[in-house]
Amino acid sequence: MPDLDATFSALADPTRRAILARLASGEATVMELAKPFAMTQPAISRHLKVLEGAGLIVRRVEGTKRPCRLAPDGIAAIDQWLAILRDALSKNYERLDGVLAAMQPKDGKDTP
Amino acid sequence: MSKLTIETEGDRHVVVTRRFAAPPEAVYRAHTEPDLIQKWLLGPDGWTMPVCINEARPGGKIRYEWTDGKGADFHLTGEYVELEPFSRIVHVERMHLPDRTPDNHVETRFEPDAAGTLMTMRMTLPNAETRAAMLATGMEHGMEASYVRLETML
Repeated sequence: MPDLDATFSALADPTRRAILARLASGEATVMELAKPFAMTQPAISRHLKVLEGAGLIVRRVEGTKRPCRLAPDGIAAIDQWLAILRDALSKNYERLDGVLAAMQPKDGKDTP
Repeated sequence: MSKLTIETEGDRHVVVTRRFAAPPEAVYRAHTEPDLIQKWLLGPDGWTMPVCINEARPGGKIRYEWTDGKGADFHLTGEYVELEPFSRIVHVERMHLPDRTPDNHVETRFEPDAAGTLMTMRMTLPNAETRAAMLATGMEHGMEASYVRLETML
């Protein structure tokens, strides 16, 4: 599993989240990515380096271009992590369901 | 059933929602009365909360101590900021693992919902790095719960 600290730090930046959203619809070059963000290509390249380091995107070489796309493993790791946290919290709240069910009768004023 | 949702919001927030089949008053009390809290806020199977201090008033202290009965333990401390019975709680908390984690500012809302209560817990961390660290720590505890569950299945 990739380093989740790096993953969540990478996701902390709104520009990087927007880049990921754009890449969700397909591969793109640095030039294509720079356009909607009104940022210089070097600035976009720095963001891409962070995303690549976090395992969220992969890049390939095509002549002088290096198109980027989402890395399925990195994205899956985030989903997986959220699923695990959801499990842990679910357990607490399922116990709370039981506590609440036991509380109901003594409230009296509640109409079912 | 997927009653629970967890989402990150912006750079510093985590938002958890859950529906309960009980009125807001009951859910609120289960979050503020020690004898009720000790029955459910336990994390993985096998853990208990022998110490539960919860002074539900502005400025009141919160202290929860957990143990697995086999030598592992950790605790949480916090302070209440605002309470609006039975609809809203604002408090600050941090874990001691044993190092103190940065403060987590939590607003919890209990709203009447068709079937009972919709609870929305919005956590605000000091910065993006802290949120990342908190999520990673949560993962370790979550993993432990999964392993414990796996053990009971084998």
